[in-house]
This record gives sequence, C-alpha cells and structure tokens, in this order.
Amino acid sequence: MSDKGIGASSKRREDVRFLSGNGKYTDDINVRGQKYVHFLRSDVAHGKINGIDTGEAASMPGVAGIFTGADFAEVGGLPCGWQVTDRFGEAMKEPAHPVLAQGKVRHVGDPIAAVVADSLEQARDAAEAIDVDMEELPAVMDMKSAVAGGTLVHDELETNLCYDWGFVEENKDAVDEAIKNAHHVTTLELVNNRLVPNAMEPRVAIGDYDASNDESTLYTTSQNPHVIRLLMGAFVLQIPEHKLRVVAPDVGGGFGSKIFHYAEEAFCTLAARKLKVPVKWTASRSEAFISDAHGRDHVTKIELALDEKGMFQAVRTDTYANMGAYLSTFSTSVPTWLHGTLMAGNYKTPLIYVNVKAVFTNTVPVDAYRGAGRPEATFQLERVIDKAARELGMDPIEIRRKNFIQKEEFPYATPVALEYDTGDYVATMDKLQEIADLDGFEARASESRQKGLLRGLGINCYIEACGIAPSNLVGMLGARAGLYESATVRVNATGSITVMTGCHSHGQSHETTFPQVIADMIGISEDQVHIQHGDTSNTPMGMGTYGSRSIAVGGAAMVRATEKIIAKAKKIAAHLMEASAEDIELKDGSFSVVGTDKSVGWGDVCLTAYVPHNYPLDQLEPGLEETAFYDPANFTYPAGAYACEVEVDPETGKVDICSFAATDDFGNVINPMVVDGQVHGGIAQGVGQALREHAVYNEDGQLVSGTFMDYSMPRADDLPSFVVDHSCQTPCTHNPLGVKGCGEAGAIGSPPAVVNAVLDALNKGGYNVSHIDMPLSPSRVWSAING
Amino acid sequence: MYDFALQRPQSLNEAIEALSVEGAQALAGGQTMIPTLKNRLASPDVLVSIGGISELQGVSETDGTVSIKAGTTHGVVAATVESYPALASLAGNIGDPAVRNRGTIGGSLANNDPSACYPAAALASNASITTNKRTISASDFFMGLFETSLDEGELITQVDFPVPDAANYQKFDQPASRFALVGVFVAKYGNDVRVAVTGASEDGVFRWSEAESALAGNFSSSAIDGLEVDPESMIEDIHGSRSYRANLVKVMTKRAVAAC
Ligand SMILES: Cc1cc2nc3c(=O)[nH]c(=O)nc-3n(C[C@H](O)[C@H](O)[C@H](O)COP(=O)(O)OP(=O)(O)OC[C@H]3O[C@@H](n4cnc5c(N)ncnc54)[C@H](O)[C@@H]3O)c2cc1C
Repeated sequence: MSDKGIGASSKRREDVRFLSGNGKYTDDINVRGQKYVHFLRSDVAHGKINGIDTGEAASMPGVAGIFTGADFAEVGGLPCGWQVTDRFGEAMKEPAHPVLAQGKVRHVGDPIAAVVADSLEQARDAAEAIDVDMEELPAVMDMKSAVAGGTLVHDELETNLCYDWGFVEENKDAVDEAIKNAHHVTTLELVNNRLVPNAMEPRVAIGDYDASNDESTLYTTSQNPHVIRLLMGAFVLQIPEHKLRVVAPDVGGGFGSKIFHYAEEAFCTLAARKLKVPVKWTASRSEAFISDAHGRDHVTKIELALDEKGMFQAVRTDTYANMGAYLSTFSTSVPTWLHGTLMAGNYKTPLIYVNVKAVFTNTVPVDAYRGAGRPEATFQLERVIDKAARELGMDPIEIRRKNFIQKEEFPYATPVALEYDTGDYVATMDKLQEIADLDGFEARASESRQKGLLRGLGINCYIEACGIAPSNLVGMLGARAGLYESATVRVNATGSITVMTGCHSHGQSHETTFPQVIADMIGISEDQVHIQHGDTSNTPMGMGTYGSRSIAVGGAAMVRATEKIIAKAKKIAAHLMEASAEDIELKDGSFSVVGTDKSVGWGDVCLTAYVPHNYPLDQLEPGLEETAFYDPANFTYPAGAYACEVEVDPETGKVDICSFAATDDFGNVINPMVVDGQVHGGIAQGVGQALREHAVYNEDGQLVSGTFMDYSMPRADDLPSFVVDHSCQTPCTHNPLGVKGCGEAGAIGSPPAVVNAVLDALNKGGYNVSHIDMPLSPSRVWSAING
Repeated sequence: MYDFALQRPQSLNEAIEALSVEGAQALAGGQTMIPTLKNRLASPDVLVSIGGISELQGVSETDGTVSIKAGTTHGVVAATVESYPALASLAGNIGDPAVRNRGTIGGSLANNDPSACYPAAALASNASITTNKRTISASDFFMGLFETSLDEGELITQVDFPVPDAANYQKFDQPASRFALVGVFVAKYGNDVRVAVTGASEDGVFRWSEAESALAGNFSSSAIDGLEVDPESMIEDIHGSRSYRANLVKVMTKRAVAAC
C-alpha cells in the first residue's frame, strides 16, 4: 500500500476544520440585515383551503411580509427532473408542485404560508395568528386502495396512479410462461420501509438580492448547487444563470435528501427579491421530518422460478412505489431505472420482468435516499433467494455461487438492459467466507444457545449501478438533465493547484482524495492541491454528488483536465530544455528529456507559464489552466458479498448484531481509509433500516414517528466493529481511474444480510418464520415468534 | 419558545415565594421543560430556575436510608450512591451523559413520565418524597400519566429511599427514545417484596401485586412463571402491542429477580 497518492490512507484534511468547530455551514452564514422565515405548514394530510386571513398576523411586531399561494400563483412549480414513460407508451402523470399551497394541502408539512419577520420568534408568533379556513378531506394513505379509486390527491389527474411501468415489457409473456412452468417458484411479499434521511444538519436556505445589479444569491444545503441554479432559475423563478449564484458551503450530510430542489429555496430567493432584504430559513428537526423528501416505501411481491438444480429461471416482481403527494426532483427515476435495471443482481437469471406502479398519497414526497432504488432491488432479490434456498433445502451461499455470473463472462449483458463491465463474484464470496470466519459459526452458535439466545447468519450479495451516468443513455430513458461532470484545474504560478469541481463534498472527503489523484499524476505533494466546490460562481457547471459518482465521473473529469495540463506543461518544459515535447517525461514532479540528464522542475515550468519571458508565445498561450467535462460511457458496477451474525433473544425479540463483514469490489481504491469510512456509514444506515428506522403514518396521514423520540436512529453502541475488505478489485474498464464508487454500497448490501440473519436464527431455533418486514424491531420479532 | 421571565432564586424560601405567583413554574435540569418550551407546548410567564439552590443539592447515606436532595442530577446519583447499587445504576442508565449531567431526580418524579425510570425505583422502595409542605409516601405520589399529588407551586426538596436487602432494575429500552419501553424494579425488604413497573401501563407506574405475593413466598424467578399480566391496561404504540408489553413485564420481572 502506498503512503502517498493513489492508494494511501491520507488523513482527512477537512477534519481539521470540522473537528475543531470551524466548519462553515449554511446556518453559519448571516447576511447583514437578514430577516427570518417561518413556514406555516399544514397539520392535516389533505384539505381544501377555503380562505387564509393574514390580517391580524400582518400587523404583529417585526413582521416584514406574509406570503401565501396567491403570491406565487405566477411562479412556476417545482419541476420533476425525470419523465417516465409507462407500459403503454404514455408519459407519467405530472401534477403541479407549488412553492406554497394553491387551494389545497396534500401532506402534513405542506407549506401554506410563510412569514418573514425581524426575528424567528416573531415570525412564529405571527404564523400562529394566521387564520386558515381548512376543510379537511379524507387522507389517501394505502397505495393499493389509492390506485383502486376513491379520493384523489390531485383532482385534475383523475387518478392516483403516476405511472404503471413495465420492464422489459417485451419479456413479460416469456417470464409469465417460465414461472408457470417452473419446477419451483418462491414467492415473497414484502415492504421496503419508508425512511426519513435525517442528515445531521437540517436544511437551510438564505436568499439575498442585490437590487443594484439585479443579482440573486441563494445559500443552501445542497449536494448540487449547479442543478439547483438550473432548476430554480429556469423553471421556477425565471432568473437567468448569470444573475443567480447558488452557494452550498460545508454541508452536514445529504444521503440524497439534499439533491432535490425544495420549495423553501425558491421561497427565500423570491422573498428576498420582493422584500429587498436577505431572508433566512433554518429547518427545525421536527420540520425536517415533514419536509425533507423521504426514502424507499415500496410494497413488493417477488417471484423467483428455479429448476431442480436451483438455477434461477425467471424473476417477476410487482412493486407499488410511494411518490408521496408531489413528484420530488428525481422521485420518478428511483423505482424505475435505478431499481428495475438491477433485478439481475449478481446472477445469470435469463428472464426478468419488473412492474412498478407509482402512486400519489397524502404523505411527504419520496425520492432518492442512499442507494436509491438499488437497495430496494437488492433487498427483494436477496431475500427471495434466501427463502428459495430454505424451501429447497439448499445452502444460501451455494445457491448464490451456482447462479453467479462468472469472471470470464464479462462484459455481461443482463436481460434488464445493463452491461456489467467487470466483476469477480466468486472472489468476493471467497474473501467473505474467510474474513467472516464462517467456519467458526457453529461454535459461536452453541455459545449463544448457552445464554438462551438464538444465533443466525445472514449472507447476501449485491450489485449496483453507479457512477451516474451516460448522458445520452439517461436522456433516452427520460432524464431531463445531463449527468456528465466537470473540473477546472488551475495551476498557480508557483506550482500549487486549485481544482474547481462540479461535484460537492458533504461527507465524501473530496478535499482529501481528489488531491491524491493529482499528486500521483504530477508527482507533487498532496498538500499542494486544493479542492474548491460548492459555489456556482467559481466552479464549472457540474451535476453534483450522489449515485456514487464523484470519483468515477468527477474524478475522471479532473484526470482529463490534468492530462491537458501535463501535455501543455511538457511543451513548456520542452521549450526550456530545447527538446521536443514528445521526448519529455514527467516523473516525481520533474520534467526530463528522455535519455539525457536534463531536467526542469514542476515549479519552474509553472512559473514560466505565468512569467513567459522565455516562452514560445507564438505557439502556446501563457498560463496553465484547463477544464474538462467527462461523460461516462457506462455506469460502474461495484459489487460485493456481506455477512451478518445476530443473536436474537426469543423472550423479548431483541436483535443484537454480533458481527458484520463486508467484501466490496470497488475497482481501484484511492484512499482505503476513506472507503472504509464510507462502507461503515453505509452499513450503519442499512442496519438502521433493517432494525430500527421507520416513518410511520397513521390512517389520518399523521407522521407518528415524527421525532427522535419515536424514530429510531442507529447509534454507535447498536453496532459491532465492522470487518470490511476491498482487496478484491476488478478495475472499471471505461473510466481513466478504474474506479467504481463506494458511497452507497454499504446501505445497499446490508439490509438483506441483517434480515436473512434474523430469519436464520429463528429457523435454526425452531421457529418457522419465513419473513418479517423491516424494521425488525423487538416487538415485530417477538410477534413473529409468537405467531 | 414564547417569552417568559427567568428567575434564579438562591434559597429554597425565595424559590417558594417566586413559585407562588400565578403562571410561575419550576425549572430544574430542563431536560423535559426546555424541549416543551421550544415546541411551544407550555407558556409559563415565569420560569423559576432552582439549579442554583445549594440546599437542594447532594446525597447522604445513613442507617439504611439514601437521601437525595431534589436538585441532584442523575449523574451525581450514579457516581455517589454506594449503599443502594440498583438505584445508582438506574440513574446511570437514564438518557445520555448530557441528560444525566442536567436532569434531576426532583424533575423526574414531578414530571412522572409513564416511561421514566425513577418512579419505578421510588415506588418499589416506597420512598418518602418530601416537599416544602409535607412528606408524601411514593405509594400516594404517582397519580397516573404525568400526574402527581403535588399542589401548584409545591416543590420537591428531598427523596428518601429505604435501602432494601436486595434490588434490581431491568430496563428494556424503547428503541428510539431509550426511555423504558418496560422497566421493572424489584426490591426485597425482609419477606416483603415490591415490584414496580414503568413504561407499560396507561395508568403510569404501578405495582404488580401478584408478582409481589408470589415472590414473598418464593423469591426466585420461577415464582413468576405461572403468572400472566393482563394486557388490557397496557400501552400500545408503534413500539409494541399490549400483549408485547405484558410479556415484557413478566420477562423483565424474572430477570430482575434473577439478578438480585
Ligand atoms: C434525550 C433524553 C433521554 C432521556 N432518557 C430518560 C430515561 O431513559 N429515563 C428517564 O427516566 N428519563 C429520561 N429522560 C428524562 C430526564 O430524566 C429528565 O431529566 C427528567 O424527566 C426531568 O428532570 P429535569 O430536572 O430535567 O426537570 P425539568 O425539565 O427542569 O422539569 C420537569 C418538570 O418538573 C418540574 N420540577 C422540576 N423540579 C421540580 C421539583 N424539585 N419539584 C417540583 N417540580 C419540579 C418542572 O416544573 C417541570 O414541570 C430523558 C430526557 C432526555 C432529554
């Protein structure tokens, strides 16, 4: 392992800032003269607004302005970034998504009005004095009955069905036929539980307006400031890009929830323009629960057909996917292209058909959350495989191994449209068996039995498609954006480098890992490279960070830009040494002429570029700064195998995770320590989903688990020390770094491992339980045991 | 929060005086009070902070009694009480360090949260709860969810726990809040056994008298085997059904006895 550059566990330089309390988050920004916003949010799930009286509120102390839907009637709605076409060739239903409610509220938390005042408490006081004449309507909660008819979330759509998507539609009959004729069919009905992302930092938006030159600035907690500028500027507020700056400084976690363009951002930007004062909104935690887009929420039936040897013949899956009340930015792509295309998993299943019905309900919008669609795909597939193994009396590892796509079969085209470039699933499974000490399981199980506990082992594999994404491909599939990435590499006169990336780091460690790549390419030290991100005014237009795309797409753009830098620098060096550029070699920060002892240092070349006294000005521009845009040729396909061991207390139903092992193939790894951290965090979130987290609505549409008193987050002492390994590496074949991306893997791969482990424990303990829906809380496990 | 005035009396008498005003409320560790205020669920005109009153601080242990002044934090109880380990360990498992360094025994008992831990210890130990006016036996103190027999403006000053021969508290955490989903405190005084249950009942902390009688004759966990808890009056919520809680009462009682 190297001690610097690519492959080194360089310490996270951003931690110096974060751990010493010097991080600069959006809420740390205070603009002179700013006023504070409080949103009056609906406390009913569904209602018709017959009138809003703001008279009394407007006259209360400190109030600068009160806005309702009427003030935003002329403003565009929040756009959806992905148009899905249904089984019948029709475009999805796309209802308006107003900034402030227009005539109707559709979920608890839907903003009805906003008060801007000198202080937050004054804004809250005035909001309490707003009189809303609300006629409560029945709440549409259950997806299946919502599709069957009855109350409509959006009257104008005449249905609660957003789309009925089939994939691959041409395979449907063949799949039906294969399932009908199969030797064995395993069927599993399950729920992929709704989650609240709960990034540590709640969302914040500050709108600022400079009337003297008609410029707006939005400071916001975003994973992708350029995307917000495009969506909000072009579709909502009609502010051209050169008059709109979006800044996302340090961001305290996103997990997807900060990709989307939210009403509060548009509100603060517009209110600042209307009132000509800076306007600041900071979400409370309670507000975050009812206004951040939620994750998952699928109800699924999956069938797996097998032959007598346990070979997979066909997979058919039906999913109801909750969209919530409105279409959040990328909501529609999650249960379709990020989910259906993954149903082959790591296996050679020849026939696959995926049906997804996306449904409007009176709940908070649902969108991408760490893994986005791929955890839902992995969970159902790996759960049904486990169930099939039990039904057929096969070993869960053996059945998987039998069906693996083999190393020599790559590139491998799945029946669900993807072409996996590389992989070695046998190697990761071998490695898993070794690091998880699976041979020692029986001994550990018997120790558990002595304590009256049931021990279980859960195994599963996963594959994901990330490094999102080839623009032309996603365009064909309905994306309304490109998904390339950008980087400008600016070499300063004395040789240090500033990289301006369109990616955004909110926990991914770009400030540490990106310099490792450049340091390696040029041969200078990492601390000579600085990463700048998060401000549309000083970074090239990029699409931000999500879908484990930063190193695979953004890193690739940076490599391309650096290659241009090196090519130019070689010309300068050639001039200085009176040689030909083809003969120049760059090594350890020094340019030399091949076959001679002539050399010139990196710093001298850089200085020459900016002080071009002795310089081929007739052939070469001065300066050393290059930009590259990189559009990937394919997705990347990280894959792995996970093992979880649990102890279940049959008297209380409590599950303890004793150990968790993960082998991931991420291709080449830039910083193993950072990758460990990403996997750890992902597993923690996956364990959270499997055992604890659940956004529970009651039938009236109230979020019952709307605070941390009832919404159970995983804590450090709920988790074992993870054993993670990423030494099985099959480098990506189509990006310059051979990297695959590691941000989501842990959250994708871990939920089925945990659930499989609990069911293994119960079945080995003599309880015939075939499935328990997540979260596997003590009471659910106990209820399953006790019938 | 709504606006309020803050007073910081330095003596008990000043505090009582300040609390006699209409709309005044005591503030101890604030671990319940501050979140309530932030959510605008309470609107006292005056908050009387009792944190600065030295008369309300401290623990003393004499002749089989642990006396804890009302303003003593959970952290101090956990670290200093020696003669009643079950009580010290209960205090040491309330919330997290921040909560334990602020939250007080007086605040916890006065609040009488149906999932709180101290009420179980007080009831199982038949603690005496002394106020500025009188001494109330724990058996007469807890009046249901968030209700106590305290009058308006009455302040708990001290709690006296008779030290049992053996005791243990088993807390089964509610997964999110980590308050007690069910907590059972068993205390044995000679042949007298008291079993107090928190977290489980819609009526707040209660004594499980069938278990007490069974254990009085045979102080072993097997004495509980034949008993059933009636799920009828149990709490039901997203963390557990009535019958689940009834089961936990039994399991936790057995474990507490076994650990005594
Ligand atoms: C994150 C978290 C986790 C927690 N976990 C647990 C747990 O596991 N188990 C548990 O038992 N508790 C738990 N608690 C509650 C904690 O124990 C609180 O400290 C306690 O409920 C209130 O004590 P306080 O001193 O903070 O009172 P405050 O919040 O200041 O006051 C609470 C109420 O008591 C009144 N009051 C305060 N002192 C007196 C007095 N001397 N006389 C009369 N009235 C008084 C106040 O007027 C107010 O009405 C938790 C709290 C938090 C925030």
